[in-house]
Amino acid sequence: MREITLSQAVNEAIAEEMRRDPTVFLLGEDVAEAGTPFKVLSGLVEEFGTERVIDTPIAEPGFMGIAVGAAMTGSRPIVDLMFGDFIFLIMDQLCNQAAKTHYMSGGKLNVPLVLRTNMGATRRSAAQHSQSLHALVSHIPGLKVAMPSSAYEAKGLMKTAIRDNNPVVIFEDKLMYQDKAPVPEEEYLIPFGEANVKREGSDITLIATSSMVQVAEKAAAILSNEGIEAEVIDPRTIVPLDEATLIKSVKKTSRAIVIDEGHQSYGVTSEIASRLNEKAFYHLDTPVVRMGAMDVPIPFSPALEDITVPTPDRVVEMARKLCSGEMIHAA
Amino acid sequence: MAKAKTNTEDYLRMYRQMMRIRTFEDNANQLYLSAKMPGLTHMYSGEEAVAVGICEALTDDDRITSTHRGHGHCVAKGANFKEMFCELLGKEEGYCRGKGGSMHIADQSHGNLGANAIVGGSMGIATGSALRAKLLGKDDVTVCFFGDGATAQGLLYEVMNMAALWNLPVIYACENNGYSEYTKTEEIAAGSITARAEAFGIEAFKVDGQDVLAVNELTQKLVARCRKGEGPFFIELETYRYHGHHVGDINREYYRSKDEEKDWKENRDPIIRFRSYLVAEGIATEDEIEAMNAEIEKDATEAVAYAEAAKYPDVSEVDMHVYAD
Ligand SMILES: Cc1ncc(C[n+]2csc(CCOP(=O)(O)OP(=O)(O)O)c2C)c(N)n1
Ligand SMILES: [Mg+2]
Repeated sequence: MREITLSQAVNEAIAEEMRRDPTVFLLGEDVAEAGTPFKVLSGLVEEFGTERVIDTPIAEPGFMGIAVGAAMTGSRPIVDLMFGDFIFLIMDQLCNQAAKTHYMSGGKLNVPLVLRTNMGATRRSAAQHSQSLHALVSHIPGLKVAMPSSAYEAKGLMKTAIRDNNPVVIFEDKLMYQDKAPVPEEEYLIPFGEANVKREGSDITLIATSSMVQVAEKAAAILSNEGIEAEVIDPRTIVPLDEATLIKSVKKTSRAIVIDEGHQSYGVTSEIASRLNEKAFYHLDTPVVRMGAMDVPIPFSPALEDITVPTPDRVVEMARKLCSGEMIHAA
Repeated sequence: MAKAKTNTEDYLRMYRQMMRIRTFEDNANQLYLSAKMPGLTHMYSGEEAVAVGICEALTDDDRITSTHRGHGHCVAKGANFKEMFCELLGKEEGYCRGKGGSMHIADQSHGNLGANAIVGGSMGIATGSALRAKLLGKDDVTVCFFGDGATAQGLLYEVMNMAALWNLPVIYACENNGYSEYTKTEEIAAGSITARAEAFGIEAFKVDGQDVLAVNELTQKLVARCRKGEGPFFIELETYRYHGHHVGDINREYYRSKDEEKDWKENRDPIIRFRSYLVAEGIATEDEIEAMNAEIEKDATEAVAYAEAAKYPDVSEVDMHVYAD
């Protein structure tokens, strides 16, 4: 199968959906000629014109609100938010308006929009350009949240998001834009709420999102050499969450680590861990362990930044402890 | 050129500060090109007369808020090269102990409240600083630097409204360098920028941002009026950035022509213009200026070498400073 980058995968998904559905349009800062600072959208304005690939001023709450209104009245906008950190600027439009409109209207109004943005540290971009804020929006009922872990997921999830009748937020890891993966030429969609078992194993379950899937897979390879077989699962969407697949795996392995790049406290790792505790408690041999980003703003200095996010080595170390019975209570 | 600052020493200091900014940026760019600097940075080169013209009208008690393109403001407000380069390289002795980097560089000892990586993110902060001055009966003034692109942020209009209602001692300084990232200003700003401030009853001015004396003269007047309770004010400064949006923005002909860049660099450069003025007026000789340049270059080279050799913060610092004691 051909291999393409995550960036190309996103581009293809959007182009295909724009060809299929004339109500889909894109708006955001420097999305047209510049194709975004990460060059993810290059070529789209040439094909679809400036009517459907719209450069906006640096007015995030404004263009987010415009997208909500357009979505409520028949368009399917894709909002490009240059950095995930800017989600704080659009919170009212996203969480008070987009997320609640369908419910508040008694199901009469839909807000079919996609907010595509990014996440991920270790790019030396300091505290306002490095955050992974997906847990924040996952807390708000009415929003769906997808976290592609490779080019394959990026394309399939984006296409599903564009066809969904709800506001969907997609977080792409900005360090993965150039990563290649096999992506079929033929059309495919990835349904929301279907986890992907990346690797089967019987000793411990590693549940990981976005770039942390790579971290978990690397850890699993190291552990395998030591005789520990880890099962690696990528939920792919955290809202909706494929609980059944996660629980089934944990019932088999009786141990789990949840790895995610958001801050550890009050985050995705906490949510998943507590669902496993509630629904698989009697099958667990050890506490479910959370591994998220440290609870600090992301520091600029490489010497500090690199220790704030989970790494394969740290996952291996924790898995060893859990599997050896050394850790009955989480430290 | 317009006349401001009154004596020779002031003129030479203004020249020196502009040259220090240019030299700092050349060295920072070099650090990026040689892969010694973590991440990206936004160069202030070309806009020196804006930061220097304004900051030379301020005292250390006066505050500024800065932007993602903040090295120029930091130098102009009195910062040292050593702590600045240390910060750019993420070292312990940097102004922010390596935690902030280029986009968050700050130097409180001279009243610089810091650069900001959120476009428009400092507009509330600057206005709040001015409110504090008024409430505490202080006569300091706060200058809020931001770009033309930042005028699209709604926050600006919320805070200008309050600043005008409450007569706050704040000067909104819009550095219009013609571009917002890869887009021309006219494509992202409808109508007139100064008229937006005027709509709130704020006196607004437009000035040649490449003429350090014009910028300084206007700012001196406005600062004096702010101290008397006549603020706020708005200045739009026409200027130009010589580099790309950030150091990695090398191939930029698709949005900005080489001819245009050449024209600004050759015909409107603030440093060349001011240097000719100093020589023509007999304020300094070519030799004196060359000596000053050499001294600045030496200062920068030494600071870079120092920063390269300096220590990174100890890993135990990672969770320090999350909360104040
Ligand atoms: C809220 C927000 N939106 C977008 C960005 C990305 N961004 C960084 S600088 C910039 C352009 C700013 O243009 P301008 O205000 O004119 O300043 P200049 O870079 O020209 O100095 C953009 C869009 C950001 N940092 N913050
Ligand atoms: Mg600009």
